Amino acid sequence: MRTGKLKTNNGYLAWLFLGPSLLGFSLFYLLPFVTGFYYSLVDNPLNGTFVGLHNYGALLKNSSFLSALANTAKFTLLCVPLNLILSLGVALLLNQKLQGRNLFRTIMITPLVVPVASVVLVWQAFFDLNGVLNSLIHALGYPPVDWMKTNWSRIVVLVIYLWKNIGYSVILFLAGLQSIPAEYYEAARIDGASRRQEFFRITLVYLTPTTFFVFVISIINSFKLFRETYLISGDYPHNGIYMLQHYMNNMFMALDYQKLTSAAFIMAAFIVAVVLLLFIVERKITNMIN
Amino acid sequence: MNRNHRIKNILHVTVLLVLAVLFMFPLAVTVTNSFMSEQEIADNYDPVTDKNVSSYNDDSANHFARFQLIPDVVVLKQYYNVLIKKTQFLFMFWNSVLITFPIVIGQTIVATLAAYAFAKLKFRGRDFLFFLYIIVMLMPFQVTLVPNYLMAGQLGLLNSHWSIILPGIFSTFGVFLLKQYMEQIPDAYLEAARVDGANQLQIFLKIILPMSRSGIAAMAILVFIDNWNMVEQPLIFLQDAAKQPLSLYLSRIIDGEKGVAFAASTLYMMPMLLNFLYAEKYLLEGIRLSGIKG
Repeated sequence: MRTGKLKTNNGYLAWLFLGPSLLGFSLFYLLPFVTGFYYSLVDNPLNGTFVGLHNYGALLKNSSFLSALANTAKFTLLCVPLNLILSLGVALLLNQKLQGRNLFRTIMITPLVVPVASVVLVWQAFFDLNGVLNSLIHALGYPPVDWMKTNWSRIVVLVIYLWKNIGYSVILFLAGLQSIPAEYYEAARIDGASRRQEFFRITLVYLTPTTFFVFVISIINSFKLFRETYLISGDYPHNGIYMLQHYMNNMFMALDYQKLTSAAFIMAAFIVAVVLLLFIVERKITNMIN
Repeated sequence: MNRNHRIKNILHVTVLLVLAVLFMFPLAVTVTNSFMSEQEIADNYDPVTDKNVSSYNDDSANHFARFQLIPDVVVLKQYYNVLIKKTQFLFMFWNSVLITFPIVIGQTIVATLAAYAFAKLKFRGRDFLFFLYIIVMLMPFQVTLVPNYLMAGQLGLLNSHWSIILPGIFSTFGVFLLKQYMEQIPDAYLEAARVDGANQLQIFLKIILPMSRSGIAAMAILVFIDNWNMVEQPLIFLQDAAKQPLSLYLSRIIDGEKGVAFAASTLYMMPMLLNFLYAEKYLLEGIRLSGIKG
């Protein structure tokens, strides 16, 4: 058939369309990625000698790396479930016939487009030792809390993270909810199912692919939180929010490329693992539903 | 039943209203306070910004900052200072423009071409290559920081906007998003064009491009948001303060010139907000696309 012949031609044509992207991708992403891996295995970026996994071993004994790793892990464990529950809740609310639901939806995603740097001052004025939050606490007769310079800073970062990111997950959940065919609910109602049964047996089940995607994306976004903490508290924030990205950034400033690249590849390996998991689970779920 | 339903409805709207107020509050404060006089700003925020004066040691409420939504007197002094008296703001605004626009335009072109190849053409190693694109897209900036920095040094790009623009153009995010979109275009259209004797370039220009218009708009707006916001890259690549974008300027302004900080912040978020009001449906489309399985 004609199409068969054309498809063999696709080979080099595809490379033409792909060319510019692939060239830049190789130069600015793939090559740095591979070189980075090489740096993590030598003792010096320039004319280094091969030291195997020595850098990784040294890193795993480094206390500030370990605490950055622990902080990142704690933060991820806290923010991912919260993000899932809150955004699913808001999406369920917005999925009803409510007055002004489009306006609410718009408001939920506004933080997404607002540059972090432009509202930093408001967050600072809110959470500072002399800030608005403490004035409320003071008015209630309790001693003020130094939000940014104690372990409470984790909560501050969490609040800012949720403010910024919930809208994105809400939109994904809304799209997921709207793709569930109305007939399923009608059939369930005829069978006499309660609202609760509908939610657990239909909504949650058919929402699984979306939920899983939001789950993975929020894990990955929780690694990208550097911007917010950096803008609010600079290079060396309180120990409680000293994350892996701070560690890497500071290793860069200290020109300790071995520690930086090995830390980067531990993180990269983790991300690859999470994405592979996404692919595998996704396939399983799709098979199950079909 | 009906009454129950109505109570539930009111409850839900109330929850949403509370959330909406919380979500909009930081924005509202920033915008309204941009019309305050320097004195009024000092009155409200000195306990936070002026570390010498205030420490918490007695019970007076004056030691706390206040959020005041409505200015006592509306003045345009901040805007005058930011836009006319001090030129630094405009320079850095221009830097943000100089970095963001080439990235948006460049990535749109490069990604549209590549996405077509991934979505509609068959070639060896396609799935593996696309997997690599996704993995790289998900990596935090710091993962490739060192080699990127050394590479920029080799190419003589350090301290130049190009050290940020070039990697930005080739970011794989646009490819990912548009591939998702183009895969939804039915093959039948392409088959029909082929039967009519169109070649691949014609198919791309006459069918794929027009049909991908809203996908391309969605991609462009997401890329715009992401890059207008950027902090990490200029922090490393642009040591020269005169070349840095607004995001870094605003994080420093709080120490010295808080009297203009709100006007500067408002002006900084304006392009984003206007863009958002104008193109919200494309933004929504973009977010939805990112969630479709590849």
